[in-house]
Amino acid sequence: MTAARSVCLALAFTAAAIAPVATSALSAERIVTDSAGRRVAVPERIERIFAAGPPAAIMVYTLAPDLLIGWTSATRPAEAEFMPPRYAQLPALGRLTGRGSTANPEVVLQTKPDIVLDYGSVRPTFVSLADRVQEQTRVPYLLLDGSLVTLPAAYRLLGNIVGIRDRADFLAQRAEAILGDVTAKVATVPRDKRPRVYYGRGPRGLETGLSGSINTEIIEYVGAINVAAEGAGPGGLANVSIEQVLRWNPDVVLTTDPTFYRTAFEDPLWRALPAVEKRQVFLSPALPFGWIDFPPSSNRLIGVVWLAHLLFPELFPGDVRKAARDFYLTFLHVELTDAQLDRLLAGAVR
Amino acid sequence: MRLTHRNAVWLALAALALLTAASLMLGRYQIGPGELARLLWSKLSGEAHGLPPMAETVLFGVRLPRVAAALLVGAALAAAGAAYQGLFRNPLVSPDILGVSSGAALGAVLGIFFSLEVVMIQATAFAGGLLAVAIVYAVASAVRNHEPILVLVLSGVVVGTLLGACISLLKYLADPYNQLPAITFWLLGSLASTTRADTLSAAPMVLLGLVPLVLLRWRINLLALGDEEARALGVETRVIRPVVIVAATLLTAAVVSISGIVGWIGLVVPHLARALVGPDFARLLPVAMAMGASFLLLVDDLARILAAIEVPLGVLTAFLGAPFFLALLARAGREWQ
Repeated sequence: MTAARSVCLALAFTAAAIAPVATSALSAERIVTDSAGRRVAVPERIERIFAAGPPAAIMVYTLAPDLLIGWTSATRPAEAEFMPPRYAQLPALGRLTGRGSTANPEVVLQTKPDIVLDYGSVRPTFVSLADRVQEQTRVPYLLLDGSLVTLPAAYRLLGNIVGIRDRADFLAQRAEAILGDVTAKVATVPRDKRPRVYYGRGPRGLETGLSGSINTEIIEYVGAINVAAEGAGPGGLANVSIEQVLRWNPDVVLTTDPTFYRTAFEDPLWRALPAVEKRQVFLSPALPFGWIDFPPSSNRLIGVVWLAHLLFPELFPGDVRKAARDFYLTFLHVELTDAQLDRLLAGAVR
Repeated sequence: MRLTHRNAVWLALAALALLTAASLMLGRYQIGPGELARLLWSKLSGEAHGLPPMAETVLFGVRLPRVAAALLVGAALAAAGAAYQGLFRNPLVSPDILGVSSGAALGAVLGIFFSLEVVMIQATAFAGGLLAVAIVYAVASAVRNHEPILVLVLSGVVVGTLLGACISLLKYLADPYNQLPAITFWLLGSLASTTRADTLSAAPMVLLGLVPLVLLRWRINLLALGDEEARALGVETRVIRPVVIVAATLLTAAVVSISGIVGWIGLVVPHLARALVGPDFARLLPVAMAMGASFLLLVDDLARILAAIEVPLGVLTAFLGAPFFLALLARAGREWQ
């Protein structure tokens, strides 16, 4: 058999194999497997993605912003400054999962999505929710595992699903480089040399994330010790008293709340904490997306870089400004000005 | 057997003093009796105490304001509960019967929703509590030809439900990463972040609410006889009732705005006090206040020492209050008729 004939035969077989699919469906479909192991038929070309929650919206935005139909809530003016205008103006569509779903299935259908994407927990609640919405709307609903360590894999999987493999692979490599570098360097630090960190949320700084909470995942990831994880065991967000914080006596206080950051240095109670007296209180940048936990998506990569530089200055002597500029350009499609960088990092660096 | 009035008051006050001293020594930071005495003496005399400055900060900056807040909140809720139970001639009435807690909760949730500062959240909670009761009272006054107490309670229930729906709506719309946890924590009640300023701002309101209750203590007894008989004895119910409602509302709104929702105290404690000293309001009020203060102090001690994280007050009061209330119900009948 000659080569030409074998090619002809192969083509004929392929045509025969895809013919039933092509005639039975309106457009070509293919089967993909999501992080929960669900096999879902998706259109051959995916051009419109409905993000089920803020983390998924950020994944799509970083990979292929033109595929994003809308955000889950309207972009605030402060956030819009850190986005290209055409993406800041995308409509608010509500969220489909998480704590309290606000999206109406009819709205989902009206936006004519090719797929619905959710990025986060792949526990049974969310898997069953995906099945239900998919059954109701007949729109393929895909789940991606949202934990930090699997972020590169999530990018590659999303790239495969939407057919944007090169950029997905590029972003995955960047993520691998960041996570690998931090893990490798921090592994050399003995436990007693690791900074003990208190993460204070809320206007009084007395809400904190316990061990295993998504809120403090990156603090633990960069090798710092979350004092609340040490003292209180696993859980989500909880209230603590200032007395408990004084007793934990952390080396560093991190917060996402500008009100708490302002008052911590003036409040005599917080000033009793040596970390506050030494001005080891740092405010997480929050625009357009938070760097620590808000929302938990690929925006936390720059949080990992920032925390590594902040907490282990000898291991990471590089410039966090440069890293931030790179990250915003590569992942978030904006070129930061020096003034924007200054405002972003105000309170976040030593 | 009932204790005499004098003995009951002394007993309640002694228990309160003991608990207060013990509470000042309980907590995550170690302060023993000797250290406590030295710190207090140094504050009074101005002499150096020779202890780490942290000990002074913890005692005077953290623990004392918190203990004071627990006393204030407990006493105020018990007083309001006792007043309402007399006013409505019903032992199942609690201070939030006219919607003050729901109103305060909605005020606080609105404050959190719009990301106001803590002081403003407390102010909106206080205003919300007063406003809710004002609406209930206005609605009830507009309805004529009905038993006034029944109309009051009914409109309280209806307005409370409406406010609850507004709270649910705001929780639904709130940002799930920052606001929703804050709202949930507020609705569960906590004294974890109480500062001296909080206690000092609520205290005058509590005093203002207590004055009419103390002055009207005899007349409140007569209200329990029912409108017609009270009027026959020369008590003008149409004047007294709104005064008592305003006083109890002021008490509840002032303390709920700093503690969040703390249930059960206003319902259970007046019963306990009544079991000790009988239904005479003049005796009931001081004993109920002392017991309410002790109870909340005890609960708050548990809230801060059970775990490194705070256990919400609303959860603890219900866990302790519900079995107790069931036991009371089982014995009911004789006591309340």
